[in-house]
Amino acid sequence: MSIHEEVELLKGVPLFAKLEPNKLKLLAFTSERLTFAPGQELCHQGDIGDAMYVVLGGAADITIDTPSGPLKVAELKKNGFVGEIAILCDVPRTATVTVRETLTALKITKELFFRMVTEFPTMAVEIMRELAHRLDDTNRQLSAMRARAA
Amino acid sequence: MDSNLFKYVWRNSRPEQLIILGLVVLAQVFYFASLNIPKTIVNDGIEGKAFKSAQTVPFLRIDLPIPSFISDVGSIRLSDGLSLAQWPYLVGMSCLFLVMVTINGLFKKTINTQKGRMGERMLRRLRYQLYDRILLFPPAHFRKVKQAELAGMINNEIEPLGGFIGDAYVQPAFLGGQAITALLFIMLQNIWLGLIVIAVLAVQAFIIPKLRRKIVALGKQRQITARQFSGRVAETVDGVQEVHIHAASNYERADIVGRLGRIFHIRFELFQRKFTAKFLNNLLAQTTPFLIYLIGGYFVLFGDMQVGAVVGVLLAYKDLPGPVKELIDWDQQRQDMQQRYEQVIEQFEPDGMLAAELQAIPNAAAPALSGAVQLNGVALAEEGGAPMLDAVTLSFPIGRKVAVVGGAGGGKEALAQVVARVAHPTAGGVAIGGKDLAELPEAAVGARLSYVGQDVYLLPVTIRENLLYGLKFRPRGPAAYEGAALRQRETEEREARRAGNPVLDVAADWVDYEAAGASGPHDIDQRVIEALRVVELEADVYRYGLRGTIAPAERPAVAESILKARAELHSRLADPAFAGLVEPFDRDRYNRNMSVAENVLFGTPMGRTFEPDNITANPYMRKVLNELDLATPLAEMGVEIARTMVELFADLPAGHPFFEQFSFITAEELPEYRALLTRLSGRTVADLSSEERARLRALPFRYIEARHRLGLIDEAMEQRLLAARQAFAAGLPTELASDIEFYDVARYNGAATLQDNILFGRLVYGQAQGADRVGDLIGEVLDGLGVRNAVVQVGLDYNVGVAGKRLSAGQRQKVGIARALLKRPDLLVLNEPTAVLDAATQQRLLDKILAARGALGVLWTLSRTAQAERFDEVIVMQGGRMTARGAPSELSGDKTYTDLLAAG
Repeated sequence: MSIHEEVELLKGVPLFAKLEPNKLKLLAFTSERLTFAPGQELCHQGDIGDAMYVVLGGAADITIDTPSGPLKVAELKKNGFVGEIAILCDVPRTATVTVRETLTALKITKELFFRMVTEFPTMAVEIMRELAHRLDDTNRQLSAMRARAA
Repeated sequence: MDSNLFKYVWRNSRPEQLIILGLVVLAQVFYFASLNIPKTIVNDGIEGKAFKSAQTVPFLRIDLPIPSFISDVGSIRLSDGLSLAQWPYLVGMSCLFLVMVTINGLFKKTINTQKGRMGERMLRRLRYQLYDRILLFPPAHFRKVKQAELAGMINNEIEPLGGFIGDAYVQPAFLGGQAITALLFIMLQNIWLGLIVIAVLAVQAFIIPKLRRKIVALGKQRQITARQFSGRVAETVDGVQEVHIHAASNYERADIVGRLGRIFHIRFELFQRKFTAKFLNNLLAQTTPFLIYLIGGYFVLFGDMQVGAVVGVLLAYKDLPGPVKELIDWDQQRQDMQQRYEQVIEQFEPDGMLAAELQAIPNAAAPALSGAVQLNGVALAEEGGAPMLDAVTLSFPIGRKVAVVGGAGGGKEALAQVVARVAHPTAGGVAIGGKDLAELPEAAVGARLSYVGQDVYLLPVTIRENLLYGLKFRPRGPAAYEGAALRQRETEEREARRAGNPVLDVAADWVDYEAAGASGPHDIDQRVIEALRVVELEADVYRYGLRGTIAPAERPAVAESILKARAELHSRLADPAFAGLVEPFDRDRYNRNMSVAENVLFGTPMGRTFEPDNITANPYMRKVLNELDLATPLAEMGVEIARTMVELFADLPAGHPFFEQFSFITAEELPEYRALLTRLSGRTVADLSSEERARLRALPFRYIEARHRLGLIDEAMEQRLLAARQAFAAGLPTELASDIEFYDVARYNGAATLQDNILFGRLVYGQAQGADRVGDLIGEVLDGLGVRNAVVQVGLDYNVGVAGKRLSAGQRQKVGIARALLKRPDLLVLNEPTAVLDAATQQRLLDKILAARGALGVLWTLSRTAQAERFDEVIVMQGGRMTARGAPSELSGDKTYTDLLAAG
C-alpha cells in the first residue's frame, strides 16, 4: 500500500477526522504500519506500553485477566484504537489484545501521540469522546452486574 | 635489590664491562698509530721532504708515537717496512690512512654497540625485576599505590639509566686515565706548576659537588612531582564520569594548573642552578692557564725554567680540561642516575613482600586439596582501622556447601577473602588439610581454590581468552617454531637469559585442559559452553556469535553449517505462519525492503568505497547508471522525494527528531530544496544545472520502497534497476573487486554477520514482531541442525573491551563465575558475586552453580540470607566473629539469623 492510499484510508478514521491531508501524510510517513497475524498480540496486560494502535483493518479481541481466567471485554474493529491508556497515564497495559482476523494497524509512538494531541485539539476531543463512551459502557455493565447480584 | 646503582650494574654486567674496557684500550693503540699519518702524507708524500736526501723511503715502518705529555722519546719502532719511491709511497700512505680511519671507525662502532647493548640488557633486567616485584607485592599494598605511577616508573623514569649504564665504568676509567697521564707530564716539567694545577682541580672537585647537591635534590623533586602529575592525569581519566556528574572539571583544571606551576618552578630553578654551576666550572678551568702564565713566567724571568717547558705545560694542560670536564659531567650524570634509581627502587620495596618461591613454576599439576578448612584465631584489620575479623576459629570439610551470612560489616566478606587467600590474616592462620594456606604455592592455590568477588576484572581480550585465563598456571606445551622462527626464538631465549629474565614463552600453550576436564584445544570450548550455561550467559554469547563475522577460509566447518542453516531457514519461511516475514536476496528480483543503492550493489561493502555515504559519488556507480540512462529517472525520483519532504517537514522546527529519523533532507537543506523546486516549476530536470541534478539524483539512493511507500518504484523501474545490478557486477573493475562481496546463495559472505548470512535477505517492514519471530526461527533452525554451539563459539571471540566495559556489570560477574567454575577447584569461594543481578536470577544462578559443583566445596557469602537454606551449613558472622553455625534448619532459634532472614 502506498502512502497515498494510506492517507485515503486514514481520512476515513474518525479519530483523524478534520486533520489536514498533509498532517495525515506526515502521520502515515512517520508511523509504522504493522500487520499482525491471527493469534498475535498487540499488547499484553501488565506489560509496559510505549505506543497506541489505530486499526486500519481486521479484528481483535480485548480480554482482561480475572481470577477465573481471561475475560473478553470488548472487540476491536476497523477504525478503532487501543493502547492510549497506557501511554496517557504511564500505567502498564490494562488489557490483552489478541488478533482474531489478520489485522493492520498504525503504530503511534508515545512521543508522536502527544505531539498530535497538543497540535490537533480535534484529535484530543475524539479521544475524550471514545474514553467517555467506554466509561459509560463500564458504568452500565457495573450497574447491571450489581442489579444481578442484588 | 642493591640500593647503589653502581653495585647493581657491576654485579650484573662485570664481564661485559671488562670486555668493553679492553676494547677501549685496544682502540687507543690504533688511534695513536694513526695520528702521525696525515703529517707524513703532507711532509713526505706530497712535499717530498724525506726524498730530498734519499731516493726511497721506508713504508709501513711502524713507529708507535708516544704522546708528548708522557715522554720525549718520540716513538718506538715496531717494523722496518718496505722501501718505496715518492709516488708509490704517497699512494701507500694514503691507502694506509684510509685503512686506519676505517679501523678506528669500526672500533668506535663496536664499542658503542657493545655499550648500547649492555645498557639495554641492564634496563631490561631492571624493568623485569621491578615488574616481578609488583607481582610479589602484598595484596594490601595495592590500596596505597597508583597504577599509573608504577607504570610510569618502570617505563619512563628508569629509561635514561639504559644510556648511562654503558658509560658507568668505561667513561671514568678512560677519562681518568687520560687526565692522570696529562697531570703526570705537567708534574715532570715543573713540580710547582703541577701542584698549582692539582690545587685548582681540588677546588673544582670540592666546590662543584657542593653546587650540585641542591641540583640533585631538585632532580628528586622533579621526578616525584612528574610522577604524581601522571598519576593525577590517570585519575582524571579513571574518574571522568564523576568529574562530569559533579561538574568538577574546573576544579580538576585548577589542581592540574597548580601542579604544572610547581613543576615549572622546580625545573626552572634546576636550569638556573645547572647553568650557574657550569659558569663557575668554566671560570675555574680558565684560572689555571692564568696561573701558569703568571707563575711559569715568573720562574722563567727570575728562576731557572725554560720557556719551552712553560709552553709544554700549557699544551699538556690543554689536553686536560676535556677529560676533566667530561669527568665532571659524568659525575653529575652519575648523581642524577643514582638518585633516580634510588627513588624508583624504594617504591618497589614495601613491607611484607611475598616470597618468590610461592610463585615458582610447578613441575606437575597441583595435588587436590582435601580434609578440612581450618581457621585458627584468624584476625584481619586494616592499618589503623577497625578489625574486620576478630579471632575467628572454625573448621569445615572442604567438600561442603557452606553459606556465610551476616549484616554489613559483620565480617562475612573478610572471611571469604581470608579463606581464598585474597587477604592475608593479620593474626592467626588458615590451614587446609593440615597445610598452612599461607605457605601453599600460588599455582596450587590458583588451581585448587578459586574466588569470585563482587567486582570481577576482565582483560581486554575475547570472552574465551578471559575464561581460559583461569587455567594458565604453567606452560603446558611449547609453541611450535620452525626454520627462521625457531632461530629467532632461540636468539630471544639467549637474550632473555643474558638479561636475567626467565625463559617463558607467552606463545606457548598455557591452558591446563585437564583441569577443566577437557583433553585439548578441540574440546575445551565444550567445557566453556557448559560453564556459560550454568551462569546463564550462553544465550548472550550466542547473540554475540550471530552478530560476529568469521573468515570462511579459516573456519570452513562453521561457514558450511551456516549455509545449511540458510537453506533450512528459507524452507521454513515458506510455511504460511512465517510467510512475508523475510524478503530473500534474489539476484533476479528487486528487493523492496532494500534501498535503491543496496539493490544495485547487491552485496556487502568491504571497506569504505561502497559505503552508503560514498556510493552516490562513486565514479564507477555513476558510470553504470549513466550507461543505462538511469540518471534522469533517478533525478526525477529525487524531485518527487524532495517535494514530499518539503511538504511534510515544512512546519516542523529545525532540530525536531523527525528530521534525523525520517527525512532524506536535513532541516538546513530544506529551504535550498524548496528554492530548487520553485525553479523547476514548469521545466524539466534537464533544465537544471548539473550540480542540482547530482543533488537530486543522490536522494533516491537511500529510498526503500517498502518503508517509505512513496510509490516511486514501479515494475518497469524495478527492471531497469535490476539491469543496473547486472551491469554493475558484470563490469566491476578488478581493482574494485575486493571492495564488495556479492550476495550469492551458495557462498558464505565473510563481510556479513553470521545472522545476515543465515537470513540472506531483509526483514519485511511492517510485520509485527518480525525481528523476534525470525530470531526465534533462526534459533530453532540452528538447534535443529545442531550448530548452535558453533555460533556460541564465534560469540566467544567477542572482545570484552577495556576492563570488560563492553559487557554489562552482570555479564562481567557471570564471566568471572564461569571462569572460576571452569577450572573445577576443590573449593570455590564466592563473595556475593551475583549481587548486581536481580533477585530471581540470583536464585536461579545459586541453584545452578550449587548443582554444577556436585560433590565439590562451595563457600558462599550471601547478601540475601533467605538463600542460605540451599546450603549444608550456615555460618553467621557478626562484629567480626562467628556467632552461630549449623544446618539452616538448626538455626531457627538463633536471633541474629532469624533477624537476617526477616530483613531479606
